[in-house]
Amino acid sequence: MKKYVIIGNGAAAVGAIEGIRSVDKEGGITVISREPCHVYARPLISYLLQGKTDKKRMLYRPESFYEDNGVKVMYGRAAVKIDPEGKKVKLDSGEEVNYDKLLSACGSDPFVPAFEGIETVKNRFGFMTLSDAEALEKELSEDKSVLIMGAGLIGLKCAEGIAERVGKITVCDLAPRVLSSILDADCASLMQERLEKEGIEFLLDDTAVRFDGNKAYMKSGKEVSFDILITAVGVRANISLLKEAGADCGRGIVTDEKMQTSLKDIYAAGDCAESVDSTSGQRKVMAIMPLAYMQGRCAGVNMAGGEEIIDNAMPMNSIGFFGLHCMSAGTYEGECYEEKGEGYIKRLYTKDNLLKGFILIGKNARAGIYTAMIRNKTPLDSVDFETLKKTPSLAPMGKSYRTEKLGGVV
Amino acid sequence: MKRVYVNEKWCLGCRLCEYNCAYANSGDTDMVRALRGKKINPNIVVEEYGDINFAVSCRHCADPICVKSCISGALSKEDGMIKVDHDKCVGCLTCVLVCPYGCIKEGEHGAVSKCELCLENSCGEPACVKGCPNRAIVFEDRG
Repeated sequence: MKKYVIIGNGAAAVGAIEGIRSVDKEGGITVISREPCHVYARPLISYLLQGKTDKKRMLYRPESFYEDNGVKVMYGRAAVKIDPEGKKVKLDSGEEVNYDKLLSACGSDPFVPAFEGIETVKNRFGFMTLSDAEALEKELSEDKSVLIMGAGLIGLKCAEGIAERVGKITVCDLAPRVLSSILDADCASLMQERLEKEGIEFLLDDTAVRFDGNKAYMKSGKEVSFDILITAVGVRANISLLKEAGADCGRGIVTDEKMQTSLKDIYAAGDCAESVDSTSGQRKVMAIMPLAYMQGRCAGVNMAGGEEIIDNAMPMNSIGFFGLHCMSAGTYEGECYEEKGEGYIKRLYTKDNLLKGFILIGKNARAGIYTAMIRNKTPLDSVDFETLKKTPSLAPMGKSYRTEKLGGVV
Repeated sequence: MKRVYVNEKWCLGCRLCEYNCAYANSGDTDMVRALRGKKINPNIVVEEYGDINFAVSCRHCADPICVKSCISGALSKEDGMIKVDHDKCVGCLTCVLVCPYGCIKEGEHGAVSKCELCLENSCGEPACVKGCPNRAIVFEDRG
């Protein structure tokens, strides 16, 4: 009977458990979970503060999940060392866990730069975990001002989550626009305007250089007073365990198409892993939850002796603020087809007879048809792209595609 | 398992399936009251392309990318059917971003909406199939 050990208890771990069990119903699975709780949907913590979900509903899998899959979870334990020769993981409790196949699914941790005086700030929070959200929630009240450092996905979702529950929110970011990792200036300003309508203020191209108690001194010379500081500057992949064990690492743990690392019998998946973006050919950490699940599942299948590869990974995001949704996928290079209207932008990027990426804000019906074209590398000259670019639909994909997809089992 | 299939050769583009779908999922017992004056938001959509018409609804894929991509755990596959837990869904629309057939959409009350073969509503069998006047949409087991 094989022994599988998974470090981490998020989406990639769940994917791995389901992947292993699709091949091997018998082997023992041990999950080492730093957080002392059942797997939950981390991106939902902002919805939790908004009152749109609760702790029970935000469980990523049913309560019986581990039991149903014969998984032993070691809660509240962290792996501190991996011995790839002896095939064992040492835990912070001193215990050792043996493995035949190991998965690193230990995600990423927030990165907080060493701002001068940050230790003088009393009410300081991150916004990654359920415990972060619960700690923050205790401090929320309508008379309080909040400074959020970071206008990325995490910082802005946090802003939306608490907007109704605090007096004032200021968001600052070193980048000159919001959501700078996924949007260009035009698209970003559309999203920014929506957030500003809710009273959220922005200090862009600006950051705190020094803190003193409840005051931030900005690079621009401005001073911002706050009651609560939230740091959402960025995250870093947790690579140190694997790196010390000798695995090839860049910004993340380097993986192949099977999610295997450079070390025998050790795999990596999710936010700690680095893999190839099929739309740009570049190797990168793509810290997105759907991919974490899929990579975990792929790793699990391979760990259990099955065969699966991922060769079509790409960055993609669907994120909304106060009802305005923004979807993006792939790489923004090549020729750009644009449609623009009130509260609406559509951009499709094409190159070498392929759809490479898109941004859709405001209207997103059937966006997955575009995503599939990118993922499947559909040659544009094999479809009626003139129609498709205006309306994502299946008719312009051609009769054989329709017959196969709508007439058969897919 | 049985799924909904369309034969574009027989589709008249009458859109009755869209109306029957909207009615079946309205929770109302009177079609006129359920639909009059309202913009319908059905889970089956008729495409028109030149002289071609056909209806598209969830394929209930063998390897569903929507379920794999769901960030809240609201989408699951049970007995071959992909269903939405409306209590768990927060409407992030990641499934809309990944569905290759464009068959999941923003619903009402903040959750997404998709074809659940009318097993979750009072109709009990696909209303689109039952009401199709030319048998262009069928409910069959093709493997």
